[in-house]
Amino acid sequence: MSTTTEVKPKSMWSGGFSPFNISWGKMFMWFFLVSDAFTFSSLLVAYGTMRHRFTDIWPAPGDVFTHFPFIHGHVPLAYVGLMTFILIMSSVTMVLAVDAGHQRNNKSVAMWLGLTIIGGFIFLGSQAWEWYHFIKGSKEGTYVLADGRFARTDDYEPGKLFLWHNHQKTVIEGAEAEKLKASAVKNIKGANLIENEYGNTPLFANFFFFITGFHGFHVFSGVVINIIIFFNVLGGVYQRRGHYEQVEKVGLYWHFVDLVWVFVFTFFYLV
Amino acid sequence: MSNDTHNQPKHGYYTGDIHNQFVEEHYDPKSKKIIWRTFWILLIATIVEVAIAFVPMNKELLQWIFVALTIFKSAYIVGVFMHLGKEEKSLQYSILLPFILIVYLIALCLIEGIYLHKIG
Repeated sequence: MSTTTEVKPKSMWSGGFSPFNISWGKMFMWFFLVSDAFTFSSLLVAYGTMRHRFTDIWPAPGDVFTHFPFIHGHVPLAYVGLMTFILIMSSVTMVLAVDAGHQRNNKSVAMWLGLTIIGGFIFLGSQAWEWYHFIKGSKEGTYVLADGRFARTDDYEPGKLFLWHNHQKTVIEGAEAEKLKASAVKNIKGANLIENEYGNTPLFANFFFFITGFHGFHVFSGVVINIIIFFNVLGGVYQRRGHYEQVEKVGLYWHFVDLVWVFVFTFFYLV
Repeated sequence: MSNDTHNQPKHGYYTGDIHNQFVEEHYDPKSKKIIWRTFWILLIATIVEVAIAFVPMNKELLQWIFVALTIFKSAYIVGVFMHLGKEEKSLQYSILLPFILIVYLIALCLIEGIYLHKIG
């Protein structure tokens, strides 16, 4: 311990001293996150580009994500709002774990990290639920008309057809709706990578699967890393080491996952 | 690598690499209060976002409000939760400045997307 430098040299950049005044592990985690943020930015910018390109046939997200568990009817945006709350909450428990680490309180670190893991699992479950409803779609699906327009149906308003253009909907009901259904060239239910019932472009579902899937995979790997660190904490690894820098590093990753969701929430679900 | 608990000071640690430099932790006795205050700010910003999505108003204005609230929220996550606000200035700049390129990418791609729509 006698070789440690505690007095800062004249110039921070003259060598023999980390100018960032940070451990190398945290610095590399930061620069990994910068590169990861670039990947997510590219995906979201690609989404924005194609959304502007096909703006008149792009479905309004508030019209697609309307399911909520145990509620009959449409509750637009409430479920993704809840998912955002869950992720922010697990970010808070993570920062409390880091804080407990600063106070060298091993039990408290384990508790908050455990709660963070539970929050991560709840978020992953919510995402699975959302994917299930997105892929399954509505009961009657969408009728593709001969001129390529999409006539959507609504589980809660049977007998009606909804024609969307430029985010304006035209409602058709009664005999005219039956006539349109009979003349339809195709019926699409749910979504896959080739076609979806929500809008006349496969890109909408493709971006949904790619962006939320890529983010969900980050959450999954974050949960796995958190579990590894959680067992290290339980085993007293960091108590013996004397500091909880490792918890700070996984904390950085976990907050980044939350940060990305803030952007996905805005640019995929709200705008 | 120091494995000796007794030599570790309370609010910092030795990095354990070749410099074995002492790194201060961003310890703050009021940290819990700051964390929960940040939580409420993030929660209220999210509720506002969901609520104004249903308020009839100019679509362009609405989108700019969403973008502003998103940047507002991310500043709190990065600055408080990730402690970037308390890191060295040099580290802050090397993390944040590269994102100028993303602003450039957004401008390029959105202009291109709007143009592609115009020409059909």
